[in-house]
Amino acid sequence: MAEYDEHHHDVLVIGAGGAGLRAAAEAAAAGASVGIVCKSLLGKAHTVMAEGGVAAAIGNVDERDNWKVHFADTMRGGAYLNNWRMAELHAKEAPARVKELEGWGAVFDRTPDGRILQRNFGGHRYPRLAHVGDRTGLEMIRTLQDRVIYDRVDVFMEFTILELVRDGDRVIGAFGYDREKGGFHLFQGKALVLATGGIGRAYKVTSNSWEYTGDGIALAYRAGGELRDMECVQFHPTGMVWPPSVAGILVTEAVRGEGGVLRNKLGRRFLFDDIPPLYRDQTADNEEEGWRYTQGDKNARRPPELLTRDHVARCIVREVREGRGSPHGGVYLDIAWIKERIPNAEEHIKRKLPSMYHQFKKLADLDITKEPMEVGPTTHYLNGGIKVDGDSQMTTAPGLFAAGECAGGLHGANRLGGNSLSDLLVFGQRAGRYAAQFAKQNPAGRVDPEQVRQIARRAVAPFERNRAPQEESPYALQRELQETMQELVGIVRTEDEMRGALQKIENLKERAARVEVDGNRMYNPGWHTAIDLGNLLVVAEAVCRSALERKESRGAHFRLDYPDKDERFGKVNMVARAGHAGALEVRMEPIPEMPAELRQIIEEMK
Amino acid sequence: MNSSATFRIWRGDAQAGEFRDYQAEISEGMVVLDAVHQIQARQANDLAVRWNCKAGKCGSCSAEINGYPRLMCMTRLNDLPLDRPVMIQPLHTFAVLKDLVTDVSWNFRVKKTVKRFAPRPADAPDGTWRMAQADVERIQEFRKCIECFLCQDVCHVLRNHQLMDQFAGPRNYVYAASLEMHPLDTQNRLADLKDRHGIGYCNITKCCTKVCPEEIHITDNAIIPLKERVVDEHYDPLAMLLGRLFSGSRNKANTRA
Ligand code: SF4
Ligand code: SF4
Ligand code: FES
Repeated sequence: MAEYDEHHHDVLVIGAGGAGLRAAAEAAAAGASVGIVCKSLLGKAHTVMAEGGVAAAIGNVDERDNWKVHFADTMRGGAYLNNWRMAELHAKEAPARVKELEGWGAVFDRTPDGRILQRNFGGHRYPRLAHVGDRTGLEMIRTLQDRVIYDRVDVFMEFTILELVRDGDRVIGAFGYDREKGGFHLFQGKALVLATGGIGRAYKVTSNSWEYTGDGIALAYRAGGELRDMECVQFHPTGMVWPPSVAGILVTEAVRGEGGVLRNKLGRRFLFDDIPPLYRDQTADNEEEGWRYTQGDKNARRPPELLTRDHVARCIVREVREGRGSPHGGVYLDIAWIKERIPNAEEHIKRKLPSMYHQFKKLADLDITKEPMEVGPTTHYLNGGIKVDGDSQMTTAPGLFAAGECAGGLHGANRLGGNSLSDLLVFGQRAGRYAAQFAKQNPAGRVDPEQVRQIARRAVAPFERNRAPQEESPYALQRELQETMQELVGIVRTEDEMRGALQKIENLKERAARVEVDGNRMYNPGWHTAIDLGNLLVVAEAVCRSALERKESRGAHFRLDYPDKDERFGKVNMVARAGHAGALEVRMEPIPEMPAELRQIIEEMK
Repeated sequence: MNSSATFRIWRGDAQAGEFRDYQAEISEGMVVLDAVHQIQARQANDLAVRWNCKAGKCGSCSAEINGYPRLMCMTRLNDLPLDRPVMIQPLHTFAVLKDLVTDVSWNFRVKKTVKRFAPRPADAPDGTWRMAQADVERIQEFRKCIECFLCQDVCHVLRNHQLMDQFAGPRNYVYAASLEMHPLDTQNRLADLKDRHGIGYCNITKCCTKVCPEEIHITDNAIIPLKERVVDEHYDPLAMLLGRLFSGSRNKANTRA
């Protein structure tokens, strides 16, 4: 049964979104032989969905911008739980990474003098997001894909990795299967890069695709890696809420960047009523000033709609809970109103937000140039993730690197919009570089065939379970998990509810051992779902246990029973790992002291 | 409109297959992909289907719905007649792997044979270039392509004649156009387009343009201008003559077919 094909590379990248492709390009450029394994076809990864833009302090639109401001914005947004070294490197290197893409064929929207245009976005002090209308992610993934296909890179499309293979502590390969045909494959790599994205599928309402089942995070965890800030799950304030079949699909923040406003059913711009003290100086206190800001007035302060995502999401939840929501349980997002202000508003909206126009027209029968949209929070992004070294992106397991959404640190407790696409570039590049270096310095590891046989045996078990009355459907279990997380570990959390969720997760773990699937191994979504489920359960538990330990509210993590920030918790990260008995353990790890130079930047920018 | 409808879905693999009928519950706003997912979760756990974004952005969920190539996630049920079964089958042009999933790897292989982007030296000392918005808009249209391969599916040169070894297909012409018309690019792909990629086989039926979910004007904006460039560069007396006689670009290009 454990027959398998073997593949050997210097660097093996798991995941082919922006981070994985950028890592592959870098490792290839460093002379390494590279393999990429991805669950979907090339170019379909979630990066494709990113809309608003990529944040980099290039200063093309406002010359006051520089890395220091970007650094301070990122730290403030992350409520200072960030790995400050990553925030520093990210702010410093993002401009070069973005400009370099242009040399690879990317075509960003232009300023009047022909340079890369930048737009406003939540939490960024200056217009900072390079973009292509509202399809920036597509532009990025295609640019990277179209570079990598010409390099010495083998792409394994529609493969799933089941488990990492180890030689002692060191990670030396990965074992998985071909989703199309069902055959097993052993990928040996002198170094591995995880770039598998997030965990949105642990929740019912999400902007994430089926791929987002926390695979890399669970793989790293089971291979001895550590996870940080897992309690900090980002709920994007604006997802579609109607019709039900599209609930959760993202409505880009760029709508607000272009002047879109949020109103409750009374027509009130409720965000003006609740501006957090940390942001009061930077936020407009009247509608007029907010409008001027979106139109590029450098002396105006931003409208409260462009406050950080966690805050806007919570305000929306409050409006809905208190009965001021829209008919389908959201609030109104209105861009059509700008026709009161500018001529040709309709044309302008279609040009600036073409895919939003298209999306609402097609999926909701609604013309956003004429009517307001209905929106509500949707699970969007994992701020935390695999713990890595800030410079090299190596995890705590030697030979294993991680970049992009599956890695944690850069965003702290809450990510700013636009900082994800730049994260992919900056740390994808670093992971690729250091992985190639590690591969040069270390020989291939020795594979223990018994380890591999065991992985294969576990993988096919769901086919071999006899039809029993206790049989469980992988789809049903996934659904139950999603409902549990949505209801009990969502935007607003309490101790009791999370304890309940943990119980449910334990129950689901037991039942997952009885999951049964029909058919054979060829392109069998039932089997795929059964395998993903194991990963989802790991990440759900890590989120839940980390959230229980953080007895305060900070960034994306909000506790009704501890609604305020607590200084003591501001000094620590929650770190989860598999304990000796195999149980998931969470410990508090002090945040290392920031160098004086960085501290001073933060002080200056306050 | 809480009711149910019948979905006639092709089930099978490379060897054999058949249509099977499934009932699915219908609710407001549903798209075809929702129905397929519902059937998969409740009745046919192993029903194979590709999808990712469910918002028309990734190009994974291509299929033929009532005989028409479309994205399942962007096809609303209330745009289809539900008094008869909704037919869902895999793309016809490519070999079936299983159920609604086909082997589209050929498209990726051919793409690699289009010469890669090669920019001119940077315009500014910081390694950047200057391009006007007006000059990039043309290729921004091509760069909207989500690689759904619906155009490849519908093009008769591939669909009926299976000329995969001589003809790169509309998607790859769009790709070539995005590079050829890139303001910074210095590479020349015209000889390849003519010889290796068989652009001459295209006789401008525009079927590809009709099915493109991104509404890219594949024929008018990509293929015809490329054909013209090929003609201009690879002097062809007949084409030149006809080109002059009719002076309409369409006719000029047509003579290459
Ligand atoms: S216009 Fe050309 S490429 Fe498009 S479908 Fe017709 S023959 Fe094929
Ligand atoms: S050109 Fe249009 S139809 Fe063809 S692959 Fe691209 S998006 Fe699809
Ligand atoms: S699922 Fe992405 S286009 Fe349909």
